[in-house]
This record gives sequence, structure tokens and C-alpha cells, in this order.
Amino acid sequence: MSDSTQDNSTKLVLSWALVGVPLLWGFYLTLQNAMALFW
Amino acid sequence: MSMSDSGSWLDRSHTVADAGFSRWLVPPAALCIHLCIGQAYAFSVFNLPMSKLLGITASAADDWNLASLGWIFSIAIVFLGLSAAFGGTWLDRVGPRKAMALAACCFGGGFLVSALGVYLHQLWIIFLGYGVLGGIGLGLGYISPVKTLITWFPDRPGMATGMAIMGFGGGAFIASPLSVYLMKQFSSPTHIGVMETFVVLGIIYFIFMMIGAYLVRVPADGWTPAGWTAPTTQTALVTTHNVHIDNALSTPQFWLLWGVLCLNVTAGIGVLGQASAMSQEMFPGRITPAAAAGFVGLLSIFNMVGRFFWASISDFIGRKWTYAVFFALGIALYALVPSTGKSGSIALFVLFYAIILSMYGGGFATIPAYLRDVFGTRYVGAIHGRLLTAWSVAGVAGPVLVNYIRQYQIDSGVAKADAYTVTMYIMAGLLVVGFVLNLLMKPVDQRFYMTADGAKK
Repeated sequence: MSDSTQDNSTKLVLSWALVGVPLLWGFYLTLQNAMALFW
Repeated sequence: MSMSDSGSWLDRSHTVADAGFSRWLVPPAALCIHLCIGQAYAFSVFNLPMSKLLGITASAADDWNLASLGWIFSIAIVFLGLSAAFGGTWLDRVGPRKAMALAACCFGGGFLVSALGVYLHQLWIIFLGYGVLGGIGLGLGYISPVKTLITWFPDRPGMATGMAIMGFGGGAFIASPLSVYLMKQFSSPTHIGVMETFVVLGIIYFIFMMIGAYLVRVPADGWTPAGWTAPTTQTALVTTHNVHIDNALSTPQFWLLWGVLCLNVTAGIGVLGQASAMSQEMFPGRITPAAAAGFVGLLSIFNMVGRFFWASISDFIGRKWTYAVFFALGIALYALVPSTGKSGSIALFVLFYAIILSMYGGGFATIPAYLRDVFGTRYVGAIHGRLLTAWSVAGVAGPVLVNYIRQYQIDSGVAKADAYTVTMYIMAGLLVVGFVLNLLMKPVDQRFYMTADGAKK
């Protein structure tokens, strides 16, 4: 694997994690609240 | 160096991607912005605490009332529309990084100014802070990554912009629990921690949005994705030409799409604002306030997911067809909603509204790609900015329509459970108009195309 490909992969993982983690956290909390509709 | 290039890292020239740069790094940059500005949908969590800043446990005589506090959000949405409309041309000139950085300063700064307003207990400072300054940050932030994403993903423009605009829907998910948590941490028996929460949020959002500005890149001139060749012949509504921003507003297509967006948003936004009360009134005793809050949360999820889903679908079936589905399906669902109340089917009621709200979100996310198809890529950011004035109009028209018709029905002696029936039929009627407007969409007349040397005719 070349340096630039490896560098790109690291950046991709980090940048998607940066936005993905808070988004999933918020999604999970909202879904948890939404379940009150059914139980 | 161009006239707008001052040698700063914020300039467009410093954002041109190197060879080997992965275009998949651009959506996270856009999401950094949209996840932050999506906080606007959750601003209402501050309304109740801000109405008790002096009285702490209950509103004191000098405390702000909820009606006055409601103006903060309204002013922000008006300035969102205005800054998107007037900032688009500037954004096209200076590039996405400078626009994102200015959006970060305005949005983060808006929170800090609002914190001062809370500290001094001066509402006009909050109007100025979150309303004006924050609203400008919202507008510039909303449109800043659109053209960049479309340029990076000419093969999948709907999916690319759908990802970013999905972030705007998802921003509220993060902001709502985060704001509640921070207020709890900073509050004491003698103090409500709104000011401190504003300061922390302002700093967090500024940093997060600046990371987006740092990450964003524009492709080098002539770049295309590997294995993809630009179509050379015009197909149906997808043009290979560009229309200048000044000419775009003279075309009937711009105003048809303005109407299409306005009507789609009006139908959705009115219901979104009244979802909690409507569900409880249509199913009295069966949907509790807690379950109604869950219903609102579920609609928010469908609003967010619909942005990515429908915009991605539009890459395959075309924008005109996607909007035709929004309107046709919307008409059927709105017409059927009253019958779910009569039959007592909560499951169908929730399902119908979930689909309606997914199409509401989908309308926002699909419109940038629709504009790119019709007007070309060159001025799509600026044209999108101008089109967002339709959102401002719908943001006022939708809730007013739902609230007034409901009140009129109740005043006329209609039972609360049936008070939404006429509203639903009116919403279906609005969607019929939207369907017709979308049907009238045709390619822009050739006289509006820019010449090969980039000049407007």
C-alpha cells in the first residue's frame, strides 16, 4: 500500500468517525425516546 | 492570483485538491457544517428555561414570555433565507472554505453574543446574536458545501448533497440531548445554566465547523471521477450547459421549482410543528404526552433518513420523477390520514406521517441536484441560495395554515379529534398544485445558456 493511499485511508476513517459517532449517538437517543410510542 | 485571492489558507486556491485526494473526504467536511447548524431545529429546548431565568422555578413578572422567545427562531430562519439568497454569489467567487469559516464565526459568535444577552437579561441582544448573526451562519453554512459536493460527485449529485443535507436533519438529534445535559450541569437551585450552555455550544460549534472548513477541498479544473465521462448530449431535463445566476431568475423553471419546494415544505413543516398535539388530539387517551414526544422523535428520524434515501433514489429515477412521487404519494397519504383517526389505527397514522416526513426531508435534499440538472453546475450554489427563500415563506405559511384552520374548526364546534380533517385535505390540495408545477418543468430555453467563454447572454 502506498503512503498516499494509507494516508487517505487514515483520514477517511478519522473524518467519518468525527461526524459518524455524534450522529449515531443522537440517532440512538432519539430512537430510544421514539420507542415510548409503542411501549 | 485572482482578485478575491489574498494568499490566505481560506482562499479557493489553497483548497484545490492534490492528485490522489479521495473525494469521500468531502462529505464529512460538509457534515461538520450541517450537523452543527442543524441545531436550529432543536432551539426550542431553550425556550422554557429562558422563560424562567429570573423566577428559576416559575416565570417571574420580568421574565421573558414564550411568545417573545419564539421570535429568536423566526428571526434566525428569516436571516437564513436572506443570507443564502444574497451570499450565494459571493460564495461562488471565494470558494467553500472561506464561506464555511465565516459561517463558523457567525454561528459560534451568535451563541456567544446570545450568552451576553442572557447574562444582561436583554432579549434584543439574543435577537441580534442567535437571530441575526446565527441566522447568517445558518444560511451561509447551509449552501456552502452544495456546489463543492456536486462538482466532486457529478455521477451521483443527489446522493452527495443528500448526505450533507441529511446532516442538517440529524443536527437536532445531537443538539437536543447535548443542550439538556449542559444546562443540567450548569444549573443550581438559584441559577439556570443557559448562559454557560450557550458559551460551551458556541465554542464547540465553532471548532467543529472550522474542522469542516479545514477538511474541504475543491477538485482541480477538469477533474472527473475515474471511469466516468461527462455526457455530451442533453438528456431530458439534464443540461450540459450553464445558466448565469442573473438569467436563472428570469426563467420560468426557477419559479416553478420555487413553487415546488415551497409547496412541498409547506405541507410538511405545518405538520411537523403540530405533530405532538395532533397525535394526542386524534387519538385521545391512547397517545400520551410521552408517546407523542416519541412520535415527534420518530418523524425527525424519517425526516433525516428521507434526505439521504430520496436524494440517492433521484440519481436513478431522475429529479422530476422523484418529485412526482413526493406529490402523488403525499396527496394519497394526506387524504387517507383522517380515516386512520376514524378507524383508530395508530400504526397506520404513524406509518403515513413517517412517509410524509421522509418526503419533506427528501424535498430539501433533492432540490440542489434538480437545480444542477436544469441550470448546470456553474452557479448552482448561488441559485440554490436564492431558491431557499421558498423555505422562509413556507416556514411561515405552513404552521399558520395548520394552526388557524384547526382553531377555526374548533371554534365552529368541530370535535378536536376531527379538527385536522380539513387541514389534511388542504395539504393534499397544495400538493396537487405542486404536482402540476413539477409536471410543467421543461429544459431551460437555449437563449439563457452561457456562451462557451463563460459569459452570460
